[in-house]
Amino acid sequence: MPAVSKGDGMRGLAVFISDIRNCKSKEAEIKRINKELANIRSKFKGDKALDGYSKKKYVCKLLFIFLLGHDIDFGHMEAVNLLSSNKYTEKQIGYLFISVLVNSNSELIRLINNAIKNDLASRNPTFMCLALHCIANVGSREMGEAFAADIPRILVAGDSMDSVKQSAALCLLRLYKASPDLVPMGEWTARVVHLLNDQHMGVVTAAVSLITCLCKKNPDDFKTCISLAVSRLSRIVSSASTDLQDYTYYFVPAPWLSVKLLRLLQCYPPPEDAAVKGRLVECLETVLNKAQEPPKSKKVQHSNAKNAILFETISLIIHYDSEPNLLVRACNQLGQFLQHRETNLRYLALESMCTLASSEFSHEAVKTHIDTVINALKTERDVSVRQRAADLLYAMCDRSNAKQIVSEMLRYLETADYAIREEIVLKVAILAEKYAVDYSWYVDTILNLIRIAGDYVSEEVWYRVLQIVTNRDDVQGYAAKTVFEALQAPACHENMVKVGGYILGEFGNLIAGDPRSSPPVQFSLLHSKFHLCSVATRALLLSTYIKFINLFPETKATIQGVLRAGSQLRNADVELQQRAVEYLTLSSVASTDVLATVLEEMPPFPERESSILAKLKRKKGPGAGSALDDGRRDPSSSDINGGVEPTPSTVSTPSPSADLLGLRAAPPPAAAPAPSGAGNLLVDVSSDGPAPQPSLGPTPEEAFLSSGPEDIGPPIPEADDLLNKFVCKNNGVLFENQLLQIGVKSEFRQNLGRMYLFYGNKTSVQFQNFSPSVVHPGDLQTQLAVQTKRVAAQVDGGAQVQQVLNIECLRDFLAPPFLSVRFRYGGAPQSLTLKLPVTINKFFQPTEMAAQDFFQRWKQLSLPQQEAQKIFKANHPMDPEVTKAKLLGFGSALLDNVDPNPENFVGAGIIQTKALQVGCLLRLEPNAQAQMYRLTLRTSKEPVSRHLCELLAQQF
Amino acid sequence: MQFMLLFSRQGKLRLQKWYVPLSDKEKKKITRELVQTVLARKPKMCSFLEWRDLKIVYKRYASLYFCCAIEDQDNELITLEIIHRYVELLDKYFGSVCELDIIFNFEKAYFILDEFLLGGEVQETSKKNVLKAIEQADLLQEKTENAYPSKSFIGCKKAY
Repeated sequence: MPAVSKGDGMRGLAVFISDIRNCKSKEAEIKRINKELANIRSKFKGDKALDGYSKKKYVCKLLFIFLLGHDIDFGHMEAVNLLSSNKYTEKQIGYLFISVLVNSNSELIRLINNAIKNDLASRNPTFMCLALHCIANVGSREMGEAFAADIPRILVAGDSMDSVKQSAALCLLRLYKASPDLVPMGEWTARVVHLLNDQHMGVVTAAVSLITCLCKKNPDDFKTCISLAVSRLSRIVSSASTDLQDYTYYFVPAPWLSVKLLRLLQCYPPPEDAAVKGRLVECLETVLNKAQEPPKSKKVQHSNAKNAILFETISLIIHYDSEPNLLVRACNQLGQFLQHRETNLRYLALESMCTLASSEFSHEAVKTHIDTVINALKTERDVSVRQRAADLLYAMCDRSNAKQIVSEMLRYLETADYAIREEIVLKVAILAEKYAVDYSWYVDTILNLIRIAGDYVSEEVWYRVLQIVTNRDDVQGYAAKTVFEALQAPACHENMVKVGGYILGEFGNLIAGDPRSSPPVQFSLLHSKFHLCSVATRALLLSTYIKFINLFPETKATIQGVLRAGSQLRNADVELQQRAVEYLTLSSVASTDVLATVLEEMPPFPERESSILAKLKRKKGPGAGSALDDGRRDPSSSDINGGVEPTPSTVSTPSPSADLLGLRAAPPPAAAPAPSGAGNLLVDVSSDGPAPQPSLGPTPEEAFLSSGPEDIGPPIPEADDLLNKFVCKNNGVLFENQLLQIGVKSEFRQNLGRMYLFYGNKTSVQFQNFSPSVVHPGDLQTQLAVQTKRVAAQVDGGAQVQQVLNIECLRDFLAPPFLSVRFRYGGAPQSLTLKLPVTINKFFQPTEMAAQDFFQRWKQLSLPQQEAQKIFKANHPMDPEVTKAKLLGFGSALLDNVDPNPENFVGAGIIQTKALQVGCLLRLEPNAQAQMYRLTLRTSKEPVSRHLCELLAQQF
Repeated sequence: MQFMLLFSRQGKLRLQKWYVPLSDKEKKKITRELVQTVLARKPKMCSFLEWRDLKIVYKRYASLYFCCAIEDQDNELITLEIIHRYVELLDKYFGSVCELDIIFNFEKAYFILDEFLLGGEVQETSKKNVLKAIEQADLLQEKTENAYPSKSFIGCKKAY
């Protein structure tokens, strides 16, 4: 076959490409490109009509420039012209350009769709294929709307060429993935299933992909594919390596098709029909048998193709999870791969064994490989393989081998790559808790974790050890002794200080009898670490100290001395200062009884799912915790080692300052609600804080599939009603459907606000590519600044993620921002646009004033455009208390004794924005008899008056 | 499959094929990140890695890396062979293909890929059938054009 430049060598293009390659610098390249762009532009604009060849050449150059990474903003029209050329190569280049530089210009799309329509109708198979490739490559909704109905027809038409059928099948698949609603199911579906019987292997290959995707949504419609797939698979598996001619790949018959058929079968449970099932089991056995045969070729392609089928077969066996014999055989096969010289096979064997470990039939068989896996953890040179080994150890762990596995993982942790340390820490923590028989081992393990990898021990882990120690009195004495010893180390990790501080504060009395750990010794040990610690830890230690005053009255004087020191009482950190002041006062004024009650030992935490497990699941996606979740191998364990309450809020008493005073919920520090009494401090003050679960670290990456905010859909029809519910309140459920619940908690102060959005996955399936974003339509960007934190791209079934929004009102605004939520649920993209409950009245600052002032200002705002008035019928029962609550919720102050009529309500406030303040006065006159209201608003800005009036009128 | 990238040892992108809708900005970001990750890996390491919620399968042929992103349930080994089959197709078409062929005839590389994979799925695995489709296209091309053999123009292929 001739090399290069077959067909249509374009000399100009080759010259240009080699010029670019010869450029010595980026600047030179850009210069050359700009010259070329100018040249092409002038050719396109010139009076002389370009011939097809030149047009093709220039379009191709533009494409090359674009693929180099430069922006191209013209040439689309010329490319579209090429589509209607009769010359194949011109058409081809036109289509390539269109599919690489997708354009959303509607006029252009109309022209493109026209050209495609012509080619589809041309009955010329090469043209038809080009058109289908283009639709599949672009895959946009517009293309779907134009062609989704035609393609099934082409696919099942008796006279379509094989190559056209292949392209049509995959084209339809792409459109279905992009917009499933546009692809109509119908009579053609049955005929598609029968393509599995087609003579042409290429047609079958393309059709299986389509069926696999379609049957996930409509399993019953495609059920007949099971028996067809089994018989097709059986024919391939039992064929000799030469039977399939060009579809045999390195002596393996039709590997791609085999893998796809095995994937298709994994969409269904085992076949009900005994004959079909028998035939399938026979196939699976044949594949396993063949794995034992000597290879027919030394080429890696041969073994890869063969093993691709083998791994897919094993996946199917695991999916069925009903044939003990096959499961054990699969496990043995993978066991052989664990020591294979090919790294790829070792990696895949470890990965595949992880799923086998969770089957009750093969769990024991997997366990026999423990030594090999431990060895892999120690000796594999590739970190991704080591990670798989760690995963497998985690999956195969049960009570019988927990101590061995945990100690190996601890040892590995000392040298583990930084990237996976946190995950290993989580796994060790979970295993140690789950399989602890005596809790002293558990405590030792966690303290070891802190010692070896303190930086990677997240809050969840050390919260958890505190919860468990608090809940089990048999381990408290041991824990106190052990942390006391651990703190003796000259340098210990700050997490150790936290755990030690908390445990000694609660249970230090249990070791106080020993003179080596007498109260003063405990105190001075802790206090020796104090100055090196962060604010959060020092805050925790201050709480420990006040607890010491209760536990050990003899330390009172020393500790009061510490609290009284200028470095505490006048500490620049408001949290430390406040604690010092309050604790000092508490210890001085409260009687011993009061002190004993306030500083009592923490009550046991309610039992719940481990927060660590939840964290690991978030890190790893679905299935990560499955081996432990289902507990089917070890049902007793969940009773003994049941989880404990995961919320940090309950454990947070002496923990970081942010929790204690609910500061997280308040934008400026000054907004922190002062604790109403010292007693309150030590109970659950942050229980109404924003986080119903440990906050989810925002993932640094952008969600993979998230598209730009510019193409969000219009808000859902009920968006306005939902918004209205939040005009007078800040918390509640914003939206709910079968999949998703969105909850809101917000706080506003001055012109600032903070909003927490809680996205709850109501299904049992993970949401993927989850990406909520806030969009400012129109001018809003200049009026309101909303800063969002990213959230994790996956939301596990049943899980909730939290998103924090910081809001700043720059100037008065009328329309709220949009909240656009996109994600994939079971492969199908979902999107939803709501109105974010941020309305101008949120930035109200209530103003108290006397009647005289009120009327004076009322008169000052007497220009007609400053007033807005509405008379409207009551939509709700006219209860003055409810009305009052709503007005207060709206944000204004309610002024008593201003209006001569006591039935009327009068309010005043200032809307705070960064640029300006808008004073507002309002008056609401209910008329109970007529069931009507009259609402009057006067503000210094006309649009604000009208807008507030409209917002408020909808509330009654 | 979600996308396929071909890049050189120097990190120059030679071919990109996206089977999911992404903005240009995201494409560039992903490319940058993946090129860096893959180039940093040592030769004997395994050909698979986890990346975001996808699996990356890559293989190096002479100076070019072929890199595919597949979804969780997709088969890694068969993806390696997808890469190999594509290389074979290029090889057969260009006659012992090298990076320069793909640079100077990038459009052909795209056309061949479209015949082999469509919408991220294997469309036709038979080498004969794929090349037949491409050759048919070449036969359809017009005689009127000046078909300069670009190879003689560029000179000999560079050794790897």
